[in-house]
Amino acid sequence: MASPTYLNSTPTDLVRRKKRQSASSSAASSRRNNAASATAGDGESHARWRSEKQQRSYSAKLVQALQQVRLSSSAAETPSPTAKKRGKAVREAADRALAVSARGRTLWSRAILANRIKLKFRKQKRPRPAAIPAVITTGSSSSSSRRWKKQRVTVVKLNKKSIPTVNRKVRVLGRLVPGCKKESVPVILEEATDYIQALEMQVRAMKSLAELLSGSGSAPPPI
Amino acid sequence: MSGRRSRSRQSSGTTRISEDQINDLVIKLQQLLPELRDSHRSDKVSAARVLQDTCNYIRNLHREVDDLSERLSELLANSDTAQAALLRSLLTQ
Repeated sequence: MASPTYLNSTPTDLVRRKKRQSASSSAASSRRNNAASATAGDGESHARWRSEKQQRSYSAKLVQALQQVRLSSSAAETPSPTAKKRGKAVREAADRALAVSARGRTLWSRAILANRIKLKFRKQKRPRPAAIPAVITTGSSSSSSRRWKKQRVTVVKLNKKSIPTVNRKVRVLGRLVPGCKKESVPVILEEATDYIQALEMQVRAMKSLAELLSGSGSAPPPI
Repeated sequence: MSGRRSRSRQSSGTTRISEDQINDLVIKLQQLLPELRDSHRSDKVSAARVLQDTCNYIRNLHREVDDLSERLSELLANSDTAQAALLRSLLTQ
């Protein structure tokens, strides 16, 4: 499997580690694959995010990303990174790993990965404010998109009047799920179902990782 | 203005968004929410309720992830044994 390009340059250790990890995980996953494919019928997304194999694969990606974070923070743009900044870096790494695990099948995962590219461009080329996003985002030139946006807002208001509560709440939901701010109602609902399950898996994986780290930090490992 | 109205009908798409379709999605969503799933109210929970609970649930999950991220960042920054534990966990998987 090609290494994902969004990760920073991989030193040789990580590559070696990845090969070893992928070899061991593929052996284990082929065993679990049979079980998982048997159960994955109708609720495909259910089986996908709840399977142990998925969680392990995500945990591995998370650990790799976290090591990158560690390396970059000690290289220090910020001399003394505050807890919040470090936490934010971890959160972003975790979200990215989660988005990669989704394999590009969902809107929210693509939005997370696309956002990172947007941010990178904006950080590097600050003096040019609006020109760069034109390359990446779907909108064309800024002025025309602004005019288009105005019209769109009034249309949405019409809809909002006809079925007020449900539509309003769906819009709110759309703002919570990444990349779904302007989508239609069924798209938002479908993305939300997948997003919730992915988030639950993320929480489970991060909890177990935190427990692993805190356990070994305080006392010698039992094994 | 007829232009706006036809635009709004167009935005509901070439695929007609039916109430049933939306209801199905809402039911699927309801199955995921821990509170609404366990409550044995077989009669309908309103869609607005499901959506509201979904928003709250997602916000909760975001908050949990943030807290866990902070905790992980502290754990990583503090010890070198953390680094070793990370490597170990990577290899044992």
